[in-house]
Amino acid sequence: MASYPGRLTAPPPTVRIRGLTRRFGARTVLDDVDLTIQRGEFVALLGRSGSGKSTLLRAIAELDYDVTGSGELHMPENRAVVFQDTRLLPWARVLDNVILGLDLPDAVARGEAALAEVGLAGRERAWPVELSGGEQQRVALARSLVRDPELVLADEPFGALDALTRMRMHDLLRELCARHRPAVLLVTHDVDEAITLADRVLVLVDGRIAEEQRIELPAPRPLRDPRFLAHRESLLAALGVATAAASTEDTDSSSELEGSAP
Amino acid sequence: MTTTLPTRAISPRVATRAASLRVAGGPDLTATADIHGSLVGALARPAGGGPVARRRSRRRLGPGRRIPYGAALGPALLLVAWGLASATGVLDARVLSAPWTVVTTASDLIADGRLLSNLLTSAQRAFLGLALGVGLGTVLALLSGLTRVGEALVDGPVQLKRAIPTLALIPLLILWFGIGEEMKVLTIALGVVIPVYVHTHAALRTIDARYVELAETVRLSRWQFVQKVALPGALPGFLMGVRLAVTGAWLALVVVEQINATSGIGYMMSLARSYGQTEIILLGLVVYGLFGLASDAAVRLIERRTLSWRRILAG
Repeated sequence: MASYPGRLTAPPPTVRIRGLTRRFGARTVLDDVDLTIQRGEFVALLGRSGSGKSTLLRAIAELDYDVTGSGELHMPENRAVVFQDTRLLPWARVLDNVILGLDLPDAVARGEAALAEVGLAGRERAWPVELSGGEQQRVALARSLVRDPELVLADEPFGALDALTRMRMHDLLRELCARHRPAVLLVTHDVDEAITLADRVLVLVDGRIAEEQRIELPAPRPLRDPRFLAHRESLLAALGVATAAASTEDTDSSSELEGSAP
Repeated sequence: MTTTLPTRAISPRVATRAASLRVAGGPDLTATADIHGSLVGALARPAGGGPVARRRSRRRLGPGRRIPYGAALGPALLLVAWGLASATGVLDARVLSAPWTVVTTASDLIADGRLLSNLLTSAQRAFLGLALGVGLGTVLALLSGLTRVGEALVDGPVQLKRAIPTLALIPLLILWFGIGEEMKVLTIALGVVIPVYVHTHAALRTIDARYVELAETVRLSRWQFVQKVALPGALPGFLMGVRLAVTGAWLALVVVEQINATSGIGYMMSLARSYGQTEIILLGLVVYGLFGLASDAAVRLIERRTLSWRRILAG
């Protein structure tokens, strides 16, 4: 499937969106958005709440009925969605949750392998309520990976986790993506998370992509790296958040004005 | 050795259950009492011991330490008072027989086989009616809960039936089916259909939209969705319906057995009334009570087995 006749022909992108517009009543949530995600590319979509980032993700996941809009969408059939709430069926055991809807003769073996990969080998027979929040989200990751998706759509998957668990999940996700190479669209409001994980970060402001940055730092990306900090500054600026560092660099008077910001 | 329970061990589903009950709050008072019992049952489930229980065995503002065999204390006192009143002659045997009379009558009736044969007749009626009603209620609820066409066709008539007390249909049923077993079983079944239908239907309709969304993203077929999401999701509602149905079945049984019956516990009791044998009436009441207790325990056992995912294990 993934073989191409020559090196000159580039493989077609996994996601191609042209002129995507979505409206809720009179409000335009997405305004003529273009987006291309290459094979195996990890794209993070940043935005404040209400910026339309979830709407964009739901449009690609084809979960947006009862919404008016237009635009051209090309995305693979084989895609997986990771939700912020883990959405494990409480009445199904962990393994059954992972292989839900997987119609393959070796579904159980694949499910067990996927659980082992997220570090939950041996918990196949557990009920979801017996797991911690982080473990539940790892099951949800296993559920996505077991389908070998070309595209993973993740809607603030770590938003409900505590900071330490979130850092561990970042490592795990990076590892899994390096191994399986799916294209990923990660919706988040956490700037550091976006820079830590993504190849490319987009900022959505009022339904338009206002900023785009390619992150070309080597794999473990320490927060203190000056390049990391530079990305952070400009992304925060695009989001309309003035950081203390940025305002002191600008002028003293502006830092006085923004003094109340943490 | 039961430990007083930490409240956090209550499953969050209890709240959901309470909410769904409010929706379906039936016209039948025994049902409400039953609901209460089940909630208390859920509250009283121990959390599986653990260090929390050892550190402080009692809630400071709780009702206090459990009394051993506390549940038996009230009935035992009542029994003693009854025995004393009978022995001293304060209680006339024509009003209420002495407890020992009831016991000896029971052993006589068991010895000559009358109690067992009447008991079996009654149990058979209740069981057939229950099976028929639960089956019909479930099928109707699935039809109307899973398809719009089914809802349009089924829900209206069932809601109409719900408004009419089943026992009010007895004259019509007697005209149609006579006074035989069919009439009795059908009356019970008609009473049972409603709680099963209402609770199963409500449970199917209130399945979390987030799970439906998940089912769509993993591309479940409609049949897979019914099998993996809708049915297991509606199971708690269905079982709640069955518990109410069991109560309703015994209620209907008592009524139909007093109408032109020639066998059964109810018949035994009406016969005893003609001869003023209060001990047999009391015996019948005890049998009905035991029936009710046993069947409720059975449904609760099924509930515990099938809904084990709800139990929160040591956290």
